[in-house]
Amino acid sequence: MLAFLIRRVLQTIPTVLAVVLLVFVLFSVVPGSIVSSMSDDSDPQVELRMKKQLGLDQPVYMRFGAYVARLATGDLGASFRTREPVTAMIAKRAWPTLQLIFASMAFAVLLGVPLGFVAALRPGSLVDTVSMMLAVSGLSLAKFWLGLLLMYLFALKLGWLPSFGYGDGSLKYLILPAVTLGVSPMALLARTTRAAVLEIMTADFVRTARSKGMSETRVVKWHVMRNALVLILTTMGLQFGALMGQAVVVEKLFSWPGIGSLLVDSVLQRDIPAVQGSILVVVLFFLSINLLIDVLYGVIDPRIRYA
Amino acid sequence: MFKTIAIVAGLGLALSATAEAQTPRKGGTIRMTAPYGSSFTSLDIHTTQRAQDEIYAKALHRSLYIWNSAEGKPVLELAKEDVVSGGGLVHTFKLRDDAYFHSGRKMTADDVIWSYNRIMDGSKAYPGARYVRVIEGAAAVEKGQAKEISGLKKIDDFTIEMKLTEKVDPGFYFFTALTSIYPADEAAKESFIQKPIGLGPFKFVEHVPGSRIVLERWDRFYKPGKPYADKIVVSVMGEAAARDVAFRNKEIDTSVLGPAQYVAYQSDAELKGTIVEVAEVFTRYMGMNPAFKPFSDKRVRQAINYAIDTDLIINKLVKGKAYRATSWLPLTAPGYDKTMKPYPYDPAKAKQLLTEAGYASGFEFEWTTSQNESWGLPIVSAVIPMLDKVGIKAKVKQVETAVLAEVVRTGDYQAFIYSQASGPDPQAALKCFHSATPQSACNYTTFKNAEFDKIIDEAGQADDMAKRIQLLQKANALLYEEAPVWFFNYNKAVMAVQPWLKGIQLNATELTHQNVEDLWVDETSPAK
Repeated sequence: MLAFLIRRVLQTIPTVLAVVLLVFVLFSVVPGSIVSSMSDDSDPQVELRMKKQLGLDQPVYMRFGAYVARLATGDLGASFRTREPVTAMIAKRAWPTLQLIFASMAFAVLLGVPLGFVAALRPGSLVDTVSMMLAVSGLSLAKFWLGLLLMYLFALKLGWLPSFGYGDGSLKYLILPAVTLGVSPMALLARTTRAAVLEIMTADFVRTARSKGMSETRVVKWHVMRNALVLILTTMGLQFGALMGQAVVVEKLFSWPGIGSLLVDSVLQRDIPAVQGSILVVVLFFLSINLLIDVLYGVIDPRIRYA
Repeated sequence: MFKTIAIVAGLGLALSATAEAQTPRKGGTIRMTAPYGSSFTSLDIHTTQRAQDEIYAKALHRSLYIWNSAEGKPVLELAKEDVVSGGGLVHTFKLRDDAYFHSGRKMTADDVIWSYNRIMDGSKAYPGARYVRVIEGAAAVEKGQAKEISGLKKIDDFTIEMKLTEKVDPGFYFFTALTSIYPADEAAKESFIQKPIGLGPFKFVEHVPGSRIVLERWDRFYKPGKPYADKIVVSVMGEAAARDVAFRNKEIDTSVLGPAQYVAYQSDAELKGTIVEVAEVFTRYMGMNPAFKPFSDKRVRQAINYAIDTDLIINKLVKGKAYRATSWLPLTAPGYDKTMKPYPYDPAKAKQLLTEAGYASGFEFEWTTSQNESWGLPIVSAVIPMLDKVGIKAKVKQVETAVLAEVVRTGDYQAFIYSQASGPDPQAALKCFHSATPQSACNYTTFKNAEFDKIIDEAGQADDMAKRIQLLQKANALLYEEAPVWFFNYNKAVMAVQPWLKGIQLNATELTHQNVEDLWVDETSPAK
C-alpha cells in the first residue's frame, strides 16, 4: 500500500507541472495585463519599471523556470495586485470552499444514495418513478436559477434562512449554498446507485446467496451494497472535482468567500500568481480526493490489491 | 429629458428635506452593498481604482477634500483653509488639528507629504499618481529622478504648501480615496494591508475576502456627533438577482439596480418609493479612430450620429436607465448647455453626408466591444442594423472589459464602445480631447483640433469662473460639431434604499460612494 501511495504521489507531479505550464502559457498569450489594468494613464516609463519589478520583462520560459523553482519550496509568489503572498490569500479562502464542498457532498450522498437504493429495490414503482424524475430534474437545473429559487422560497417567503453571506460561518448560512451546489451530484448519485444496484441484483453471486436461503436484508447489506459502493465512490470522486469548478457560480451568487470568487477576480484582473495558485489548489484537491478514493477501493473490496 | 432631470432634482430635494426634518438617530448598523464584482481588490486603497473599493474606503479613509453632493463640487475635508497665491499655482493648506488616525495618533503635515510621495512611487504604478502628478516635482519622483515631491513643503505640523504645475482646482484632484492620507509610521508596516488604519468615521474590524468588510464607529472622528451609526457592513454582492432578493428580504439597506430591475421596481407599488437616481458623470459613446480613413472625415462621423436612433435604444434596450447624450459634458457639469439639442435620428441626412464624403455605397469597419449590458454588445447589436440601413457595415470584435481598456489606450481599433468619466471637473473632462493629451491618458480618439486646443488653453488660464464656464461650453459645442464619437448617453445611476436609511446623498461622481458619517438608520431598521 505504501509503495502504491508513493507511486501515486509521484505520478501527480507531471500532472501538476502540466497544469502550471498550461496556465502560464495561457496567461502569456491572452491580451491584457496587470500593468495596463492598474492605472488609466501611467507613463510608459513607469509601466516599464513596473513590469521589471513584477518580472514581466523576462521571457516566458525564464519566468516559468523561476516560478517552478519557487513552487518547489512551497512559495506561490505574491499577488500582483494586492502584493499579499498568494498562499495567505488562498488560506483565507480555502476553509469556506471546503466547508461548502463537503456540505454539498454530504447532502448529495445522504439523499442521493438512499434514493437510488430505494428506487432500485422497487423498480417501476411510484417511488422509483418519482425519485428518478427528481434526479433528472436535479441534473437539468441551472445552479444560478436553482439558487435564486431557494433564496426566494427559504429566505424571502418562509424567512427560515438568510439569503446570502457567510455570517459567522454557522450552518444556517451554509444550507442554501450547499443545497444549491449539492443537488446536481445528488441526482447523479441517485441515478448511478440505482443503475449499479439494479445490475448487481441480477448478478450470479446474488442469486446464489438467495438460493442458499440468505434473507433479503442480508443479501442487500452484504452483497449488493458493498459491490455498489465501488461505483458510488468513483462517482463521488469525480463529483468532488466538478464541485470545485461549479462552486464559482454558487460562491458568487451567495457572496460566499471561497476560492472560486478569488479565481474569477484574479482572471479578470490578470493577477497571474493568484490565478496559478488558485488553479493549483483546485488541481491538488482533485488529485488528493481521487487518491483517497483509490485507497478506499481496497478497503471496500478486498479483491482489489495494490502491487 | 428635462422633465426627468426635474424629477431627479425633486427627488433629491425631497430626500434631503425628509432627512433634515428628522433628528438623526444614534446607533444601529448600516448594511451597504458592493455590487461591482465578487470581492474587494485590496485593503490598500492607494492600489485600487475600482469603484467597488471606494465604497468601504469612504468609511475608513479621508482625503484632503471630499465630494459634496449637495453643492456638486469637492470641498475641503482634512484642511480648514486654502490660501491661493503665486498666480493661482500655490495653495497653502491649514490642516485640521483634530483629525486622529484609528491608531489614536493625530494627523500632521508629515502624513500628507508621506502619502503623496508614496502614491508617486513609479515602480508601484499607484493609480492615484494621475492626480498627485499635478503637484510640481511629482512626475520626477514617479520617474525615479527625485526622492521627494519638490512642490510639497511642510510649513509647520498643520500647514502645508502645495505648488501646482497648472492652474486647476486641487479639489478635483484630491477628493477620491486614491489620494487618502495614510499614517506615515503605520502604513509602512507589513501589517497595514491586513488591518488598515485611516482617518475616516469608521475603523476597520474585519474583512472576509469575497464576502464583506465590517467597520465600527471611530469615536474620535473630527466631526462632532458623527458618525451616527455604530457599525457599517459592506457586503460584496455582484449578482443583481441575489441583491434583489436580499433587499426585498430586508437583509441589506442599499442595492444598485440594473435596467431590468429598474423597470421592475418602478412598477412595484411597495418598492417604487425606495428608488434614488442621479445623473452620473460618465459618458457612453462609440469612439472612432481617425487613422481609419472613413472616420477621418467629419461628415462620416456626423452621419453615424444621425444614423442611430439613440432614443429608441435608451428607451427599449437600456430601459430608460440613461440620459440621452448631447455632447461630451454630462447634465450635472457646469459647462453643460441646456439649449443644445442632440443629433436627431435622420437616416436620410446620414446618407446625404456619406455621399458628400464619397461613401455613397457605404463602407465596413470593425467595432470592438465588451459584453457590458449598458454600453457593450447588446447596444452594438442593436445599432448594427441601423448603420446597415445607410450602407455602413459593422463587424463585431468582442473582448473582455480589461482588454478593452488596453485597446482604447493603445489605439488598436477602428471603433470601440466605452463608458468614460466626463466629470466631475469639466475642464479635465474636456482636456481629454486636447491634442497635447496622449492617447494613453484619455484622448482615446486622438482628437486634434487647433481651435479646440485654443479654447481649452484659454479656459485653463481664465480666473473668472463665468468666463471659464462659457469657454468650456464653447469647447463642448465644438466637440458636438466635430463628432469624434457617437454621443450615446450619460449614465443614470439608480439605487434602491430602504426607508429606514436616512441621509443618502445624490453623488453624481458615483452613487454608491456615500459620506457615511451623514447616514443614519431609524428605529424601524431590522439592524437597529
